Parts: sequence; structure tokens; C-alpha cells
Amino acid sequence: MIEILQYDFMRNAMIAGLLASIACGVVGSFIVVKRMVFISGGIAHSSFGGIGLGYLLGFNPIIGALIFSLLSALGIGLITEKGGRRQDTAIGILWAVGMALGIIFIGLTPRYAPDLFSYLFGNILTVPNSDLILMAILDIIIIGLIFLLYKELLAVSFDEEYASISGIPSTKLNLMIICLTALTVVMLIRIVGMILVIALLTIPAAVSELFNTKLKNILLHSVILSAVFAIVGLFASYLFDLASGATIIVTAGIAFFIAVLIKNQYS
Amino acid sequence: MKSVVDLKDVWVSYNEKIVLENINLTIKEDDFLGIIGPNGGGKTTLLKVILGLIKPNRGVVKVFGGSPENNRTLIGYVPQLSQFDTDFPATVLDVVMTGRLNQTRMFRRYSLEDKKIADKVIEEVNMSHLRHHAIGRLSGGERQRVFMARALASEPKLLLLDEPTANVDKNLDTKLWEFFNDLKKTTPIILVTHDISAVSIYVDKIACLNRRLHYEGTKEITLEALEDTYKCPVELIAHGLPHRVLKEH
Repeated sequence: MIEILQYDFMRNAMIAGLLASIACGVVGSFIVVKRMVFISGGIAHSSFGGIGLGYLLGFNPIIGALIFSLLSALGIGLITEKGGRRQDTAIGILWAVGMALGIIFIGLTPRYAPDLFSYLFGNILTVPNSDLILMAILDIIIIGLIFLLYKELLAVSFDEEYASISGIPSTKLNLMIICLTALTVVMLIRIVGMILVIALLTIPAAVSELFNTKLKNILLHSVILSAVFAIVGLFASYLFDLASGATIIVTAGIAFFIAVLIKNQYS
Repeated sequence: MKSVVDLKDVWVSYNEKIVLENINLTIKEDDFLGIIGPNGGGKTTLLKVILGLIKPNRGVVKVFGGSPENNRTLIGYVPQLSQFDTDFPATVLDVVMTGRLNQTRMFRRYSLEDKKIADKVIEEVNMSHLRHHAIGRLSGGERQRVFMARALASEPKLLLLDEPTANVDKNLDTKLWEFFNDLKKTTPIILVTHDISAVSIYVDKIACLNRRLHYEGTKEITLEALEDTYKCPVELIAHGLPHRVLKEH
């Protein structure tokens, strides 16, 4: 088993999995407890428009994904702040229009679009060193912000109205969480692809939410679980010669299923 | 006597529907005001106007002489229970600690002082034994006490209570009212409720609200005010002396 670590690409994949776990464990916890799963799905899928634009205009599709996901995050964030009753409709529209733009842009691209599949379904085995550095920087930013703003983020997540009355800038903090979601989504596109991102953001947090009554513990356990899913999934994909991103997510899905069964046994 | 809240000609409407009509209200430093009225009569909206969470379409709102946005950190607010996610991962202590946010700076941890105050108010509302329990696993009445403790932890200069006894059983109910009774000696309180009988015993002044506000600055409410508030003939059941609210009739 250990011999697979001899390969450079495998070592990089492991490191990528671990770095991604930190971001998706932490950001995913907020997504789950704030009931923002649908929002993060919208952000992830609208980023396809940016990937398509990258292909069409010949720049790095990841940059396109970054721009589209941040713009849609801000858009969704502002719609949410306005408190419109049609928030979910707006997210659904953004979700589909982003995808549609991506398809049109790629259709207009005169060349063949290479590794389009890796953006849709990820390929952790081809993550370059430069991406590892970017992931590490994003992790440091996320951990730093959560550490400094933990008490405010807990308050805003639990009761936004009361937090505002207490003088907490709720709107800014919500936009911050939603932008961190967008950044994490882009980072995870490399690993599991934009379609499967949602699973890695939500499953680890959903499992730890089953067994914890404190936000702090959910954050910590989500990071650990997500690292375990990434590594077990990676080994399984190597062993059985399966697609890596999909295997990681199936691993997480099985764990969630078992966790729910255990939870129901004890309550 | 300084006024803590001043509303002048305040109008609020949602989608063309008028919710508050020409509200004029002054709350003094030693007031314990009960506002009664039917559901949908604008009670919660009025509290949110005072908190600066809802901007009136017309009129002036002053809280401690300034705008609600600037001065609302001085207000302790106990909202209605219905709007909470019971699965949220927070303990009683976690929630009460958030009451200290108006006294703390961003980017800092809570201090020992904050923890002491939180413990003290949890004790005051008799919730010490459940301090580390998840907020979602508490009963309605217990949760109400936690939100009360959160408001008290902020060391408020004004307390706003929205249906504070709605989920509390009768036994606790009396204790809670006695608690308010103690509290009013140091802090002005505005309490909104549809529970006329409870309000009539303890509060010092009563107003009726159903879009329009009837308030004489006294504890007595007139039959006309009640009938206008509830939009139907009201059968008066007075609780008698020494807490007579309704005039002899």
C-alpha cells in the first residue's frame, strides 16, 4: 500500500487532499449549519460559465471559474441580504444560466477543449505544485479569519438579527463566508470537479453535525473527516482503478450513510 | 425624566399594506409598558422599528436621543421563539455569551469578565443546570429563559420583550413575571403580548396596538381603545382590585 507514495503524483495528490480538507471542512461547516447548501451548489455550477469563457478567450479556465464564482457569490449574497422571498429561484436561475453560458462558450471555441472533463469531475492526480501553494495560502487565510472572528461568526450564524443589534456587521460577515465558499469551490474544482464539489463541502460537516452540539467541534471534526475521506478515497481509487474524485465522494457518502445508521441506533 | 424612546408620526407599510399608522410613543426611564393587540397587529414590527431593523416609511425614531442604528447596542431584545433553527450547534452558554457582543471588540476572544457575567445571568434565570445543553434540545419555556439571559448579559439600558410568556407553562409564568417586576426597578421595559390577563397584573402602563396605537400614558385602557384594537365588541373580564386595568363599567 505504502509503495504508491513513491510516485510524485500520488504524493501531490495526498497533499492536495489534505490541504483541501482544511478549507472544505471549515467552510463546509458554516455552509451546513447556516443551511447554505443550495447556495454553494449555485456558486459551484455557475463557475462553469467562467471555465467556458477561459477556453473561448484562451486564458486559464480556473481564473474564469474564480471570477464567475466570486461574482455569483456576491450576487447571491446581496439577494439574500435583501431578504427577497424568491431567493431560491434566483439561485436556481444563476445555477442554470452559468452552466448554459459555459456550454455556449465552449461550443464557440474553435479548438477542441482539452481536459474539459477534469474541470467537471476533477483530477486530483494532476494537481500541479503551483496549485498546492495556492491551496495552502487559501487555508491560511480561512483559518486566520475563522480564528479571529469565531465569536462573531457563531453569533451571526445562530441569530443574524440579534448579532446586528449587538453591533456586529452581519452583512459583511455573511458576504465573507459566501466569498470564502466561492474560493473553496474553485480550489476543489481541481480535485473533485465542479459537479461533485457540493459533496465534499457538505458530507464531512453533515456527519460531524450528527454527533456534535458545539460549532467548534463540528469545524474540527469536519476537517479530520474530510481528510480521512480524501485519503481513503484516493487509496481505493488506486487499488480498484477508479476515478479519484468520484471515489472520494462515494467514500464520504458511504460514511454518511453509516453515520446516520449509528445515530439512529442510539437515539 | 429623560425619554429613552421617542416615536413621532411613524408609518410602516409592506407591499402597500399599512402595518403601523401614525404611531406616537414616548418611553421614559422608569417605564414598564405592556403593549397588547391581536396577532398581525404590528407589535413585533413596532419593536423592530425601535431596534432599527425595520425602517419606517415616514416619521422619526429616536433611541436614547440618537438613531436606532447607533444606539441599539444599548437595547436587550428577547425575540419570539418561532424563528430559530433548533438543530443549530450551540449550547446554552454559547448563546448567552453572544449577549456580550455589544460590550466586546471584534477580533478578540471573550474575557473572563464576559464569562462571569454570562454565568451570573444564567443563574438568575434558573438555567445553570442546563448550561452545557444544546439549545435545540430545550423546551420552549427553557429556551425563552436562555434568550432572556442573553438579553440580560448585554447589560441593557432598555429591554424589549416579544411575547415572553408565550411558551412558558403557568408555574414558570408567575416566576418570570416576578422577575420582570424586579428588573423594572433598574431598566425600562417594553413588553408586547396578546396575553391581556398577565400583562394587566404586572405592568405599570398599557397601550393597545392594532395598526394604530392607543396609549394614554396610564394603566387604564378604555373600552373604545380595546374595541378599536380588536375590531370587535370586547367582553371585559376585569381582574378586580388592586390591579384594576379596566374602568368600572
